[in-house]
Amino acid sequence: MSKTRNTTPDMHNKPRRSAVKAAPKLGAAKKSNNDHYDVMIIGGGLSGGALASLLGTEGFRVACIDRDAPVTQTTEEFDGRTTAISWGSQKILDRAGVWDELDPLACPIRTIDILDGGSPVLLRFGSEEVGDQSFGWIFENRLIRIALFNRMKELDSVDHLAPAQIEKLEQNGDVMQVTLKGGRTLTAPLVVGADGRNSFTRDWAGITSRSWSYNQRAIVCVAEHEHPHNNVAVEHFHEQGPFATLPMMDGPDGSYRSSVVWTEHCPEHQSALKYPQDVFDAALTARFPDQYGWVRQAGGRFAYPLGLQHAHTYTATRLALVADAAHGIHPIAGQGLNLGFRDLDALCDILIAARDDGSDFGSDEILARYERARRADNMAMAGATDSLNRLFSTGLPPLPLLRKIGLKMVAKFPPAKQFFMQQAMGAGSGSRGLLHDLVREAKTAS
Amino acid sequence: MNAKSTTVDPDEISHFAKDSAHWWDEHGPFAPIHRMNPTRVGYLKATICAHFDKNVKDLKALKGLSILDAGCGGGVVCEPMARLGAHIMGIDADQVAINAATEHAERSGLKIAYVCGTTETLKEQFDVVLALEIVEHVADVEAFVQSCVDRCKPGGLIIFSTLNKTWKSMALAKITAEYIVRWVPPGTHDWKKFMKPSTLAASLRRAGATPFEAMGLVFNPLKNEFLLSTNDLDVNYFIAATKDQNKEKSKK
Repeated sequence: MSKTRNTTPDMHNKPRRSAVKAAPKLGAAKKSNNDHYDVMIIGGGLSGGALASLLGTEGFRVACIDRDAPVTQTTEEFDGRTTAISWGSQKILDRAGVWDELDPLACPIRTIDILDGGSPVLLRFGSEEVGDQSFGWIFENRLIRIALFNRMKELDSVDHLAPAQIEKLEQNGDVMQVTLKGGRTLTAPLVVGADGRNSFTRDWAGITSRSWSYNQRAIVCVAEHEHPHNNVAVEHFHEQGPFATLPMMDGPDGSYRSSVVWTEHCPEHQSALKYPQDVFDAALTARFPDQYGWVRQAGGRFAYPLGLQHAHTYTATRLALVADAAHGIHPIAGQGLNLGFRDLDALCDILIAARDDGSDFGSDEILARYERARRADNMAMAGATDSLNRLFSTGLPPLPLLRKIGLKMVAKFPPAKQFFMQQAMGAGSGSRGLLHDLVREAKTAS
Repeated sequence: MNAKSTTVDPDEISHFAKDSAHWWDEHGPFAPIHRMNPTRVGYLKATICAHFDKNVKDLKALKGLSILDAGCGGGVVCEPMARLGAHIMGIDADQVAINAATEHAERSGLKIAYVCGTTETLKEQFDVVLALEIVEHVADVEAFVQSCVDRCKPGGLIIFSTLNKTWKSMALAKITAEYIVRWVPPGTHDWKKFMKPSTLAASLRRAGATPFEAMGLVFNPLKNEFLLSTNDLDVNYFIAATKDQNKEKSKK
C-alpha cells in the first residue's frame, strides 16, 4: 500500500526500524503478501492509535482500521473532550513515541483542590507533596489524536487505514481475515478490538457485557475565565455529583481556559445542557471558585451519560478487547482512558514476550495471559468506584455532614489526608474520579 | 514411513495417529504441550543462543542455524523456531501429524521442511538436534539417541526432553494427567519407558555427546503455567549436550 511519508524530521527509532525491516525473511511470515500483519486493530481512536504506535515502535507489523477519517476526529467539534494524562499514561505515550510531540502541548496540574458543598477549600493537595512533580497533564483529546496519527504515518510497520469500512470479519482457521469495502482483504493471527463502548468487534465475537447506569450525565465543555487557573484542578462535590475543572493551556487568543466536567443527576429537560447561554455562563461562574472571576463557555457543550460497563471476557478465539471495548468506567475526562492505556501496555508486553518465544500471537495461551493480566485490575476499579460513587452522590443529610467532618479532620493528619484524598478523589465524577489516578501515580513516581 | 525402522514403535504411532488431526487444538489431546510450549521454547532459545553466541534479544535470534526437530508431531516447536529465524526441519513417523503440521505451517505463512520418516533415514547434519517428548515413545532408545547424535554437526547442540522415572512422574504425568484431570488421552505414556536423567545422559555419552545441563520443567498449578527449575527434575526435564568434535577434523 502507499505510504505518505511524514514531513517532520524523524527522531524516533529510525535505525531500529530499518534493522527490523532489513532482517532476512528466513522462515518468517511471507512478506510478499503485503496484507498479512502481526496484529490487526479495529478502531483508530486514542486507544487504537496508541496501541498501533506502541506495537509499531516495537517493530510489529500492524494494521489499524478506523471507519472515521483522521481529519474528522481532530476538529474541535468532534467531542470537545480533554484528558488528564496520568504518570502511567505519560510513560506509555512516551513508549509509543508521541510524548516529545505532546509535551509542549500539555498543561501540568500542580495543585488539586477538593471542595465539598458550598464550603471553602477543605483540602489542598500541592505538587510539593509529591516531590514537586505535576499530578498529570491536561490535553485536548484531539491533540493526542493528531500526535498518534502522525506517529502511525511515520512508522513503516504501521498501516493506518482510515476511513475504511469493514465489510466482513472472519476467522479462517488460524488467521483472522478482514475484508474492507472495496474488496481488499487483510489477515493476521490476532485481531484487537479498540473500538470503544459500542464495540463492533465485541459484538462480532458474541461477548456480552454487564452494564448499569448511574442515572447521571456529564456535561463537558471548555470554559474561559477572567483570571489564570495557576495550574489548579478543582473537584467540587455537589449533591448531584462532582463538578470538576481542569487547567488547560491558554487559548490561541491568550484566553485563560479550563476544561469543565459537570456531573448532574436530573431529568433531561432540566439538564444544564438546555440552559440558555447566559444562564449557563452564570451557572459556571457560580460553580467555579471565586478567584477565577467571570467564566463563560467556549466552544460546544457535550453530554455523556455515566455508566459502567464490563465485558464478561476480554478475549475470544484470536481476538482481544482493549480499553472502552472491554470496560467503560465512564466516558469523561480520560480516567477511563488511563485505565485503557494500561491494557495496551500489558498487551504490548505480552506480545513482545510471545515474539521472544516465537509464539503465535493469537493463541489461547497468549490471550489467556492478557486476560489474567488485566481483568483483576479493571474489576477492582469498577467495583470500588461504583460503591464510592453511591456514597458521595447523595443528598441525604448525614452523609454530606460526615464527609465534611471527615474532610476537616483528615486535613489535620497528613497520613489520613493522603489516604482520604485517594478515597475522595476515587469517588469523584461518578467513578474512580478525575484525579485519583493522578495523585496515586504522581506519588509513585516521586 | 520406514516400516523396518528400529526406533519406531507401531503401537505408539497408532496411538498418536488417532489424535493427530487435533495437534493444533489448544484444548484438545495435546493441550499440555501447548501449555508448556512458551516455557519450553524459551528454554530452547536461551540454550541455543548461549551455545552459538547469539543475541537472545534479536527478533530473529536463531537466524542462520539449522535445526532438526526429531519427533516433531504437529510442529508445535517447529513453528516458533521458524518464527525466530531458524532453518528448521521437522521429522515424524506419523504421516497424519506431518500432514497436520504441513497444512498449519502453510496457513501461518511459515517455511518449514516437514518429512515423514525417522532420523536414521536422514543424511544431512544440523547445528541443533531437538528430541522433545519423544524418547519415551520410541522402541529402541539407544538406536534413537545414536541417530540423533549422528544428525548433529560436531560441536553442535543436542537437546532432549522427556519424563523422569520417579514415583512423582508416575503419579503426575501418568495417573493425574491421563486419568484424573484428563489432560492427555489414557495410554499416552508408558511409565516403564520413562527415563532417569542419568540413564539418558549415559545413552548420550555412549552415542558421542557430552551432556552439560539438566533442567526441570515444573507445572505450577497456581499460575497454571510451566516454569523452569534447576533442582526439580522429578517429572519433566531437559538434557542439553554438545556433540563431541570428531578427532580427525576439529574445527576450533
